[in-house]
Amino acid sequence: MSRVERVRRGVRVRLEPEEAALVRALLEQLLALLGEPDPAADPLAAALGIAENAAKSDDPVLARLFPDAYREDSGAAAEFRRYTEVGLRDGKREAAETVLASLRSGTDVVLDDDQAQAWLRAVNDLRLALGTRLDITEEWYEQAAELDPDDPRYALYAAYDWLTMLQESLVRALW
Amino acid sequence: MTAPAPTELDRPRSHEDQRPDLPWLAIVWNDPINLMSYVTYVFQTVFGYPKAKAEKLMLDVHHKGRAVVASGTREEMERDVEILHSYGLWATVKRDD
Repeated sequence: MSRVERVRRGVRVRLEPEEAALVRALLEQLLALLGEPDPAADPLAAALGIAENAAKSDDPVLARLFPDAYREDSGAAAEFRRYTEVGLRDGKREAAETVLASLRSGTDVVLDDDQAQAWLRAVNDLRLALGTRLDITEEWYEQAAELDPDDPRYALYAAYDWLTMLQESLVRALW
Repeated sequence: MTAPAPTELDRPRSHEDQRPDLPWLAIVWNDPINLMSYVTYVFQTVFGYPKAKAEKLMLDVHHKGRAVVASGTREEMERDVEILHSYGLWATVKRDD
């Protein structure tokens, strides 16, 4: 069972080996979904964090990670996306890579403030990704309880449930 | 019942300022994934709101489906919404009308 606690030097996170393996596997998938920086992008625009053509993704997970900032003005939403999405993607990628790097030294780690913030954001991104794929509602416990353990979604619900507990412990430790 | 320090003083930007470029809002929408504790923590971290105010805003989002979490110039609200997106909250910008 994972444990998260405040210690003098930061936040100590202890994971079971299979929990760390799950976090790694999910983060690798998230990184693949976020994609590499576009090598064909105009270098000047890229350096300024401006996307040449930014549209809301058809993938529901990406659409949830990068939502429209304007609900009733698609032009303003596109313009906002053009100027923010590259930076937001980089931030999510860096957070995921920070978590992967901290797990490289083992499954019992002490995080400094920046690393703890990266964990908080990356774990939340994983919950957003899994929750969106599962089409989670506020009554998701009942959805999950009705599932047959052989249902392929069962493992995803279990992972979501565990990530939720990890996220809650991280918030409590950082407060 | 008693009130702590006047909460209006905590507002980083006053709604009462009548400069024409001010009335823009940052709105956070309810979603079934983000944790109540996490949303409260983000409001405290991003806006520097005291815990009680952050909790009230979180509960407004939860029960009413959305809440205005900040107001100011359009640029300020876009910046706030970008930061909220970096935390995974579902936030939008809107002109106050």
